[in-house]
Amino acid sequence: MTSERNTDIEIRLLIEAIYLKYSYDFRDYSGASIKRRILHAMRQFDCRTVSSLQERVLHDPGMFLELLQYLTIPVSEMFRDPGHFLALRTEVVPLLRTWPSLKIWIAGCSTGEEVYSMAILLREEGLLERTIIYATDINPHSLERAKQGIYSMQVMHEYEDNYRKAGGRRDFSEYYTSAYGNAIMDASLRDNVTFADHSLATDSVFSETQLVSCRNVLIYFNKGLQDRALGLFHESLCHRGFLVLGSKESVDFSAYGERFEPLVRPERIYRKT
Amino acid sequence: MNSVRAIVIGASAGGVSALFSVLGALPGDFAIPVLCVLHLPDDRHSQLAEVLQRRLRRPVREALDKARIEPGLIYVAGPGYHLSVERDFSLSLSQEEPVHFSRPAIDFLFESAADAYGSELLGVLLTGANEDGAQGLLRIKQSGGRTVVQDPREAQVALMPEAALALHDPDHILSLSGIGQLLATLEPSAC
Repeated sequence: MTSERNTDIEIRLLIEAIYLKYSYDFRDYSGASIKRRILHAMRQFDCRTVSSLQERVLHDPGMFLELLQYLTIPVSEMFRDPGHFLALRTEVVPLLRTWPSLKIWIAGCSTGEEVYSMAILLREEGLLERTIIYATDINPHSLERAKQGIYSMQVMHEYEDNYRKAGGRRDFSEYYTSAYGNAIMDASLRDNVTFADHSLATDSVFSETQLVSCRNVLIYFNKGLQDRALGLFHESLCHRGFLVLGSKESVDFSAYGERFEPLVRPERIYRKT
Repeated sequence: MNSVRAIVIGASAGGVSALFSVLGALPGDFAIPVLCVLHLPDDRHSQLAEVLQRRLRRPVREALDKARIEPGLIYVAGPGYHLSVERDFSLSLSQEEPVHFSRPAIDFLFESAADAYGSELLGVLLTGANEDGAQGLLRIKQSGGRTVVQDPREAQVALMPEAALALHDPDHILSLSGIGQLLATLEPSAC
C-alpha cells in the first residue's frame, strides 16, 4: 500500500516536472492510462522508481523526447471505422461543396493516417484543390512520420479493405508507390497540408475552419480538458461548421452538449448550432 | 466486512454462459455496480450489453468514456478499447496496445479499479484461455480488496483461473453457483 501511494505521488511530481521544464501539459489527462504508460516507460528505461525516471527526464531533454513516445499513443489506421468516412462522403461532403474554399483541422493527427484518409476522400470528391488541411499534434516524432507518409505494406492491405468499405472509388494502390516492403504515399496528397506542433491543453485557436476532425484523442483527457478542447473546436469552427470525433467519443456529457447538434450520431458527426 | 463498493469480473473462452450464471443469481434490487470485461470477437462484443440485458432483465450498459459509475448497473466493456476506472469513480476508455492479445484487457480494468476502490473492491476471474486478469487480480488483493477465482476443475477452460492461482491465494475458489451465492450476500458500502 505504501509503495502504491508513493508511486501515485511520484507520478504527479513527474507530470508537474514535465510541465515546468518542457511545457507539455499532461496534468489533465485521464489518470489510469497515463499511470500505465509511465510505469511501462519506467520499466523500459530500467528505472527502479518513477523518481529516478524523473531525474533523468529533468536533466536530459533527449530522455524527455524518448518518454514522450510512451506518453502519446500512436495507434491509428487509415479509414478507421469505415462507416464514419462513408458518412463523411455522403452526408458532409455535399454541404462542404457550398463553401468556395475550405479549411480543415485534424487535431491529434499522430502519424498521419487520418490526414491521408481525409486527403484521399477530398481528392475523390474534387475538393482537395480548394482545401487547406492543418494537421496538428504534440509529438514531433509523430509529426515527422506524418510528413514522410511512409507506412508498412502489411498494414496497407488492411487499410485497403477499410478504404473500400468507406466508399473508396479507385484502386487504393494508386495513392502510393511500394518500395522495400513500404508504401510511400503520393506526395501530392499533402500539397495543401500544413503540419504543425499544437497542444489542445495549452495552445489556442489559430484559424477559422469548416471542419474539425479529432478522433480518439479526447478519451485520453479528463472532463475539464475535454471541455477545453471542445471549446477550441467551437471557436475555430465557422457558422454551421462540422465536428467529427472517434467512435466512442461524444459531446453529450460535455459543457458543449448544447452547442453542437448531431448530424450522423452513430458516426459521431456533429454540427455547430 | 461483507460490504463492497464495486465488483469487477473478467472472463474469456466460455465467459458468456459463466457470466449469465453468476449475474443471474443476483437479486433484483442488487445495488453494487458490476463492471465486466469479456474477451469476444469484435462483432459479438458489440451486442453483449443488449444480450445480457434481455436475458438478465436488469439494466446493462456498454461502458462509455467519462460516464459516472452508478449503483445497480452492470457495465460491459465494448470492443476495441481498454476500460479503466478513474479515481473519481468514472469510466475511461483508451486504445493502448492489446494486452495478452486482448483489448479490452481484464488486467487494465482490475488494476485501475484496485487503485480507485482499494479495499472496497471485489474481483472475480472466471473461465478463460489466456493469462489476462491474473496480474490484475493480484493487484486487487495487494490493495486490500477481495478476490474470487472460479474453480478450475469446473471452468470450461481452466487456463485463466489456473494462471490466477499460480500468482496468489484468492479469498475464495468457488463454482459458478457458489460465486453467484457469494455475490448475492454482499452489501453496498456506504459512500
